[in-house]
Amino acid sequence: MGEVIVITSGKGGVGKTTTTANIGAGLAARGYKVVMVDADIGLRNLDVVLGLENRIVFDLVDVTSGNCRLRQALIKDKRLEGLHLLPAAQTKDKTAVSPEQMKALCEELKKEFDYVIIDCPAGIEQGFKNAIAGADKAVVVTTPEVAAVRDADRIIGLLEAAELREPKLIINRIRPKMVRQGDMMSIEDIIDILAIDLLGVIPEDEMIVITTNRGEPVVLNQNSRSGQAYRNITARLLGEEVPFMNLEEEPGLWGRLRKIIGLK
Amino acid sequence: MLDFLYKLFGRDGGSKNVAKERLRLVLLHDRTSISPQLMDTLKVELIKVISNYMEIDEESLEVSLDSSGTTVALVANIPVKGIKRAARTTA
Repeated sequence: MGEVIVITSGKGGVGKTTTTANIGAGLAARGYKVVMVDADIGLRNLDVVLGLENRIVFDLVDVTSGNCRLRQALIKDKRLEGLHLLPAAQTKDKTAVSPEQMKALCEELKKEFDYVIIDCPAGIEQGFKNAIAGADKAVVVTTPEVAAVRDADRIIGLLEAAELREPKLIINRIRPKMVRQGDMMSIEDIIDILAIDLLGVIPEDEMIVITTNRGEPVVLNQNSRSGQAYRNITARLLGEEVPFMNLEEEPGLWGRLRKIIGLK
Repeated sequence: MLDFLYKLFGRDGGSKNVAKERLRLVLLHDRTSISPQLMDTLKVELIKVISNYMEIDEESLEVSLDSSGTTVALVANIPVKGIKRAARTTA
């Protein structure tokens, strides 16, 4: 029996879809059978992030409304054995699916896959309720901004009210230099405020833009810091103890000089 | 000049403290969202207790959560019509 993990955030644009794609690909790269479900009906994106947009025939709503069999709607990734996508419908809206249908779908997928990763839409309305309906665990993504952390706090409250206890936190797009300068909230600041366990931290990284342009998950890129961060997150989801990576960039000339004269 | 140096060395406290403080306040409000029913119950209980000591105008009694600066306060505006004799003598 597999496990259903929902990736959520409240606020849009903090990296839910990127995180879903990379956790899914990360788990598949470790040899697990994974299906990613795009629950963002009407604003389908996970297919594009994964570079699978040209292979969609049926979608989530086709499955729940009985237009096709589940197996027909699943897209198999060609790069990673075991990675599958169930795309969202693009021409419907969130009310096209009910929480009960999502729950039944998750139960069905759990029988066949080790991990079911659900990409939750932004917001706290029907789309959110659908996305969390069948979940066993929740991951909350935030960025070091007031609005994103505030929304994360609200989402954590709603998850707990829905009996999804102890959600785990991912802090995305952290910029170590700005944190050092006191111009960005640190990991500790955010953990302190939200009071939940940290699953991982992803540094701001241009490679995310580059790999997303190409439709390839950055987790498969061995030379990037964000890829390493996602590999660490994957390992932690598998129950491995991985230390949090050192986010300090290589010090430049000025940084080294500052250290020498003791100003750090 | 000093400002510039502080900026250069990252010693000016930084905008993150502003962010943290604003976040703290906004969450205080978000988390203290009390249901209207609970507010009504509170009102009824307040009237009960205060009526033991004073005659109050129950119609124009107002109870609300209010924020001023860095704190959230329970604000009750209770017009008093008169003080009860019992309360006067014991006071």
